[in-house]
Formats: sequence, C-alpha cells, structure tokens
Amino acid sequence: MSSGASAGRQSKEHEDPGSEALLRLEGLEFRWPGRDGFSLAVGSFTLAHGEKLFLMGPSGSGKSTLLNLICGIMAPHSGKVLIDGTDIAGLRPSQADRLRADRLGIIFQQFNLLPYGSLLQNVLLPLQFSSARRRRASANGPPEDEARRLLERLGLQVDLHARGVTRLSIGQQQRVAVARAMIGNPSLIIADEPTSALDADSRDEFLKLLFEEVERARAGLIFVSHDRSLASAFDRCTNIDAIVSTSVPGAA
Amino acid sequence: MTTLSLALLSLGNRRLTAMLSIFAIALSVTLFLGVERMRIGAKESFTNTISGTDLIVGARAGNVQLLLYSVFRIGNATSNVSMQSIEAIAARDDVAWVVPISLGDSHRGYRVMGTSNDYFEHYRYGKKLPLQFADGHRFDDLFDVVVGAEVAQKLGYRIGTEIIISHGIGAIGGEKHENTPFRISGILKPTGTPVDRTVHISLGGFEAMHFGWGDSSLFSGFQPDGDQLRELDLQPSSVTAALVGTKTRFAIFQVQRFVNEFPGEPLTAVLPGVALQELWSILGVAETALTAVSAMVVVTAILGMMTMILSTLNERRREIAILRSIGAHTGTVFSLLVLEAGILAAGGIVLGTGLLYGALFAVNPWIEQNYGLYLAIEAPSLYEVKLLISILLIALLVGTLPGLRAYRQSLVDGMSVRG
Repeated sequence: MSSGASAGRQSKEHEDPGSEALLRLEGLEFRWPGRDGFSLAVGSFTLAHGEKLFLMGPSGSGKSTLLNLICGIMAPHSGKVLIDGTDIAGLRPSQADRLRADRLGIIFQQFNLLPYGSLLQNVLLPLQFSSARRRRASANGPPEDEARRLLERLGLQVDLHARGVTRLSIGQQQRVAVARAMIGNPSLIIADEPTSALDADSRDEFLKLLFEEVERARAGLIFVSHDRSLASAFDRCTNIDAIVSTSVPGAA
Repeated sequence: MTTLSLALLSLGNRRLTAMLSIFAIALSVTLFLGVERMRIGAKESFTNTISGTDLIVGARAGNVQLLLYSVFRIGNATSNVSMQSIEAIAARDDVAWVVPISLGDSHRGYRVMGTSNDYFEHYRYGKKLPLQFADGHRFDDLFDVVVGAEVAQKLGYRIGTEIIISHGIGAIGGEKHENTPFRISGILKPTGTPVDRTVHISLGGFEAMHFGWGDSSLFSGFQPDGDQLRELDLQPSSVTAALVGTKTRFAIFQVQRFVNEFPGEPLTAVLPGVALQELWSILGVAETALTAVSAMVVVTAILGMMTMILSTLNERRREIAILRSIGAHTGTVFSLLVLEAGILAAGGIVLGTGLLYGALFAVNPWIEQNYGLYLAIEAPSLYEVKLLISILLIALLVGTLPGLRAYRQSLVDGMSVRG
C-alpha cells in the first residue's frame, strides 16, 4: 500500500498515500545515450500541493534533465514521476504531452514567447493543447477575458494586449510568460531561472507577482535559481545535489 | 490558435523569405500552366491549320510529305497533277468543290502559290474560320496578288505595291520574272497558319509568268508584255495539288479511294486532319521536352522552398521548445512544418494561377494578332487542376523532410535549447 507501486495507474480519487503529493519522484534513473553518457538518478522526492520550492543548482548539475523528466518530455529508464498520482513517465508520449498541457505551467529563463504572436495569443496558446485547461480558463466567461485579467494583474495594461511581444522589456516578457503559465490554473508551475535576466527591482516585482498568482491558484511551484538571496521567500529550499545524483563516466 | 494559424503567424514573422518562396513557386506554376496552355493552343492551332477541306490531292507521295508541301509550303512535290485528273475529280457527283494550287516560285523568301479565287472561299482554318481580308480584295486582274499578313508586315507591303516573283524557291538567286510584275490587290488578316507567309496569285498569273518557259521561246526573244498575256486567257495544264471538299462525310472515303486508284496517273488523297495528327506526333518530342523543362522549374521552386524552411529550423528551435513546453506533441511540431510547406505551395499555386490569367488577358490579343494563336481563357481544365494538386502534394511530401528534422530536433532539445 505504501509502496506506491500501483499509484501510476490509479487516479487521485483513490486513497493512495502517493496521491497526496502534487509531485513525487521515485527511483528515477536516466542515461543520455552514448558510450560515456551522462547519467542521473533520483532516489525519492516529494512536493506537496501549493508548496513553493526553491531549487538551487549550478548549471551542469542535471537541472535541465530533471525538468525535462518532470515535464514528461524525456522518459527515464526506470522509476516514476507521479503528478497528482499519475505517472507521466509511464504514459505514451502523446498522453504525457496532454498531461503536461493540462497540469503544468512552465517559465523559462528568457525568450518564453512566440515572437510573432500578440500578448493575448501567447497567453492563450496552452489552451490549444488542452481542453481541460480551456474549460478551466472559461469558467468565468471567455478565455480571452481570463487572459486579460491575468495580464492586468501582472501589470500589463490593456492597450498592450493585442500588440506584438517583441517590443516589450524583458521584465514585461517574463510577466507575460507567468500569465501563460498560469492560465487555466495548472497545478504545478516550473520556473527555470526566470529572474536571471532581470535587474534587482524587476526581479523583486516579478517574484511578488508570481507568488500572488501561484497562491491564488493554489498551485505548487518549483523555482530553479542560483540566486540564494531569493531563497528566504520560499516554503522550502533545496540544493539540487540533495535530490539528484549525477555521474559523468567519461569525465571521471 | 490552431496549428494552421500558428504556421501562418510563424510564416508572417518571416514574410520576406516566405513571400519569395511563394513568388518562386508562383512563377514556376505560371510557367508550367502557361507552357501547358501554349502546348494545347499550338496543337489545336496546328491540327486546325486547314479545316473544312476534306481531302488534299497530289502526286503519289506519303501523307506527311503531301501535307508538308501543299499546306506548309515545305519541300516540293515529286511531280504535278494534270488538269484532266483534277477535272475528273471535280466532275464527280459527291465532290462539292475543288481548288487547284500551284507551287514552285517564291518572292523574297516567301512561297508563291497560284490558285483560284475559290481558295479564299473554301480555305478554312481553326474552328472553320474563313480567310478574311485586312485590306483590298481577291484577284481581279491577271497580275493581282493577295499576300498573307506576315508577308505584308515584314516586307512593308500595301495595296498597290508592285512586286517581282523569283523563279524557284531560293531566297536569293534564281531567275526573276521581271517582265511580269505583280500588283498587290489584297492583304489577309493573320491566321497563325502558313497562309500568313504565302504570296497568292491566280493560276492564270502563275501561267503568265512562266509563259514561254520550258520551251525555247524564252531565248527566242519573244517576251510578251502584260496586256498581251491578259489576252491569252492562260490556263495551266497541270497543278501541284488540289484541295477537295465533298458533299457528305461519307463521300470522303469514296473520293479518297477514287483518287488513290486513279487510272490516269499515280495520285494520293489524304485527310488533312489525319495527316496533321501524324505530323504533330513527330513534333511531339519537342512538346514533351518543353513540358519536362517546365516541370523541372516547378521542382526547383519546391526544392528552394524546402531549403528555405530547413535553413530557418535552427533559429526556430526556441519556438519549437516553447510549443513543446506548453504541451504540443512532437507530431504537432512535425505537422507545423509540413503545413508551412503546404501553405507556401498553396499560396504559390493560387498566385501563379492568378498570374497566368492576368498574363493571358494581357497578352492574348497580342499573341492572336501576331501569331494567330488563340489561347482560350477558360477555367482550369480537370487536367490542370490535377497538375496543381500534384504540385501541392509534392510540396507536402517535400515538407516532411524539415518536418522530420524538427521532430527529431525537438526530441533531443526537449524544453531547453543549447547553442
């Protein structure tokens, strides 16, 4: 019962302890293809619903691989990645894509937006890939209204909404990225060094707005950064080395 | 946004290269369809060089040879047809009309043809179109000349211009019929047939300028002048060939058999339509070559488009990573690229077809005026629609290459793009 071995096949309605967590990694192993390939292992890791985690990791620490595994874009050789009780690693690629579209919101370091879309088009984009998310975004009227409300709360005025994104400042672009990650209330937000391209003022502003939205949606947050000064605002702070063990046979 | 609108927006972001690709495809499509239209127009026009004539009668020869010298004024007859034979054919009940023609002389590189005024009555081309006079009239006088449109235009002839006809068919040299100058009485409208390049004179005139030739009187010093010749009521004893019209379609084969089995001399009667088809099939190689070249141009344009799409892939890895991060399938990435190729090709096809019709409207009167080639401006034929759909399918097929590349790239990159 406590092994969680069957959790991947069970929906969260079942009283499985594994489903209590928003995200649960179990016995994950991944190797890059190639002779002296980089390999990565995670023993066990859990994130609770609504929890805000600060994940500190230098580059080359397996961070990107870990995030790709959590998002179901890469498949581990063994182990489980349970999101709300569903093992994304055990799904077929198209189902994993669907689950990602339904449950996750992702913010990159930079260049989050499609340069040819307007602010609104960029924010509404995830709804195209998930009907569940579209439904949630339409709970209070058309999804466009929801997108506008999000953008306004994030300090982007109405007159900008129909414009292209290329003339926005980086700080504004990152806030549009937050709106896109948050639309349709995903349960887990993954932000990969979203503030590293921002100056101190816009960084603090960004973090404040991100927290407001994450708390409003009661979503969990994994915030990857190597800027320790931000860590105090989070529920929990972990070094990536504490979760992940990596080895590079060729470089050893 | 759907995948289609994503592809459209993405292309819009690269509108210059996208427009160039569309334009290249459009031009190739215009060329391809244009060549196709020309080919069909030329074939139509060629196989209707002579219509309304049921049989062409000449000395025993192959179908194509007879057609070549009698209609296209290329080459020479091996021998003549006597007037008695012509009269015997004309005397048949099932023969409606017979127009004899005499060839063998030339005027500044253009063939001279002796015939009767009936020729202007019975000769038909294209969709049974009669010859029309741009200026002047038929033969009234023994030395009247009716010239084709090209002759008049190239040589700058007007009604009343006097011309001298050379004996034989060399452009230069050959003796000249200098004592029998002819006067232009009529100029024909362009037909797009060899009629445009023909100098028509009456059979009497043809006889008159050869009067005394063939026996020793040329050298005997007797050189009759025009009025003396007019008095003589000259009639040929033989002609080169004759155009024959029958009263019924059924009669064509009876008359043909009659001519081919004519006891007086060895003759051949051909159905012009059949002989023209036969001749066109010889020219068909050029036709195929033309089509092949224009098809290659289309392929080149499509390859150019593929190169364009492939060259953008690297700078679009970020775009693809974003789409993947928000839940796009790798299949969506693939179809995005294929769709892009499809949009460019469809744009090119629509624009190219538009250009074709624009060009047809613009140059059609000019082509008809100058070449007598009538290109019908009508909706694309089923064949052309099939061609266009094939172009689209080829473009989609070619688009799978960047599609697969982007697909594989997105698998390797995941959400993070290095380099």
